[in-house]
Amino acid sequence: MTILPFFIIIPLAGAFLSALLGRRVKLFSDATAVLSCGALTLFSLNVVKLIGAHKFLAYNMGGWMPPLGLSLALDGLSSLILVAVNLVSLMAAVYAVSYMRIYTEKWKFFSLFLLMLAGMNGVVLSSDMFNLYVFLEVASISGYALVAFGTEPEDLEAAFKYAVMGSLASVFILLGIALLYGYTSTLNMADISVVLSSKPRGTLVGFVSVLFLAGFGLKAALVPFHAWLPDAHSSAPSPVSAVLSGVFIKTLGIYAMMRVFFNVLGISDKVLLILMVLGVLSMVAGALLAIIKNDIKRMFAYSSISQVGYIIFALGIGTPLALLGGLFHLFNHAMFKSLLFLDAGAIEYSTGKRSLEKLGGLSSKLKVTGFTSLIGSMSISGIPPLAGFWSKLIIIIAALQSGYFGFASIAVIVSIITLAYYTKFQTFAFYGKLDEAYSYIKEAALSMKVSMLALSLICIAGGLLLLPSMRPFLQSAADVLSNGSGYAGAFLGAVK
Amino acid sequence: MKNETGMTLIVKTVTRLTTGLIMIYGIYIILHGHVSPGGGFAGGVIIALSLIHLVLAFGKDVLGRKFTIERGVFLMSLGALVYLVYSAAGFMGKRQIPEGAAGSGIFNTGLIPLGDISLGLLTGIGLFVIFMLLVSLADREEK
Amino acid sequence: MSLYFLCFILFCVGLYAVLRKRNIIKIIIGIGIIEYAVNLFIILLGYRLQGRAPILSGDQEVLNMVDPLPQAMVLTTIVVGLAVVVILTGLAIRIYEKYGTFDITKIRRLRG
Repeated sequence: MTILPFFIIIPLAGAFLSALLGRRVKLFSDATAVLSCGALTLFSLNVVKLIGAHKFLAYNMGGWMPPLGLSLALDGLSSLILVAVNLVSLMAAVYAVSYMRIYTEKWKFFSLFLLMLAGMNGVVLSSDMFNLYVFLEVASISGYALVAFGTEPEDLEAAFKYAVMGSLASVFILLGIALLYGYTSTLNMADISVVLSSKPRGTLVGFVSVLFLAGFGLKAALVPFHAWLPDAHSSAPSPVSAVLSGVFIKTLGIYAMMRVFFNVLGISDKVLLILMVLGVLSMVAGALLAIIKNDIKRMFAYSSISQVGYIIFALGIGTPLALLGGLFHLFNHAMFKSLLFLDAGAIEYSTGKRSLEKLGGLSSKLKVTGFTSLIGSMSISGIPPLAGFWSKLIIIIAALQSGYFGFASIAVIVSIITLAYYTKFQTFAFYGKLDEAYSYIKEAALSMKVSMLALSLICIAGGLLLLPSMRPFLQSAADVLSNGSGYAGAFLGAVK
Repeated sequence: MKNETGMTLIVKTVTRLTTGLIMIYGIYIILHGHVSPGGGFAGGVIIALSLIHLVLAFGKDVLGRKFTIERGVFLMSLGALVYLVYSAAGFMGKRQIPEGAAGSGIFNTGLIPLGDISLGLLTGIGLFVIFMLLVSLADREEK
Repeated sequence: MSLYFLCFILFCVGLYAVLRKRNIIKIIIGIGIIEYAVNLFIILLGYRLQGRAPILSGDQEVLNMVDPLPQAMVLTTIVVGLAVVVILTGLAIRIYEKYGTFDITKIRRLRG
């Protein structure tokens, strides 16, 4: 029970310690970041075991009982996302130890990185609407600063666009929280759902739903609100791109949206239909815009938009099998998209270029990078028996079971288009004739190789999460969502 | 223009008289944060305002080489770390009002002013460091 | 009721500045205005008719206080707004160094 605040205290203390001593003691900030992320990964795996026994953990701050006091709450959904966040951050921190040699002032980078990790952990653990907003802002502001870290002109422009759009989204979320407080006079999530189920649903809840859809949808990069993502994710340094694209848009956007819509406000069919339509639009727009790109990281960014569309589409279908598939795809996509961004960074580290027109034939020189990016590309395209195949299969089967034949066929077509552009990436970057200018390039550094190989192992073994012995990991998360308003009962039962 | 930096003589004389008073007022708000409105944030902002007042009136070189930005960042992160330890000690089971340690005057609730003081240090020095960074960034582009 | 409407008008003024102005500094000021409008709205939500300040003294009763929870929310939100404006201003100064202009129609090197 008292393990929960450590998820926020450890990265926060690490960030302040790095700012204090990082300039004087060499490699202090690197060691702090890697040790904190490693400790947090072990804690999150431990928490998964605890959830199997207790089903719901809650920690009251200062001993005050909710709804008077704040509390940190953890259930199956939060534990799934905690594992994804901490694991990807560990890989990105290990990778950044060598990669950030290209930039200056590593201690500033690790300070901001740990602050972003603290914010994301706080979003996942909070059980109070305003607490969610504060941690969302902590993570977002660190994100704006990290995108602008290499101060090239393009980075600054991308960060400015991202900052303006992101702060507008946060203001919408705050307006929604304020209106909800005015209607229900409480800020605790479980309490709001109890009060809302007894009051008649007027137009206010609909207006608040639209505000939350706009705000969280911008953080998750759904299609009308996606314009910041290609610039921001392609201009950031590679470990930051991996964390942003892998877990940031998922915790701040998708997790918060699911928590608010499924557990607090209560789902209605209109909201599910809107989510499904937006998901399909994102899938198609992301995939079609990704084929024509020549810059590796921009292509991956548009692919992120497309895969997030898959997840939102699965959540919009609403049946338990679809929820299981959507959450499994969320976990898988965190793993392989961060692996792919780390690979793009390794290519940039070795050759200094990012454009597919100028690369070619690198697999003879960069063996580890070539192997891991092949695993990542095959997994995201849905080739059996790698992890991506199983999650896409479950989503398409669930869509067919509910009768959405048109949307399911669109999902299959988008999957084929995904295979097309990842094949393009592999062919142009790794196969073909090696340019003479590249005959002197070396392989990536050791820490980069370690993190990429570890992530590719998880990609290969990801399908094993569907075995009956490991399935409670995903099933408990899907149960929380399909339980809906039962969250309030579980929460109030666990705080006693 | 005159070859002196900063503002006119009237502003400089008034600033010499009032900066110390503003800083004392800010410290008063921080130390009495647990009995009257205010606390760490508001007092810290007022302390930062007194320092910014000094820099605005005299030009940016008034603080010389003793108060560099690196020292400011050091003090700021020290304040943040002390605040983190103070709040973490609360949840680990140790009390913030040690038994028998309740003194008199402003310490009549034990160690709670420690949180306010560290928060005031963090906010005040932090806002001032941000102001100095923006000033030095803007100064670089004029070359 | 009309007070909430005036807050909404202030919000729309800020939104107009963010959407239609070409100078980066005016966009930042617009975001500041939007945040002030939302903070004002939150505080006004806590007003009770003929209420007084929510300070508990020994000799007074607990009747007729305004709601103190929105005031605590706004303290935090003001600091968050300050942090956003600081980051935007830092980015604006750096953009001026690299591009030489504050006009956002000319800062468009990223396309596609």
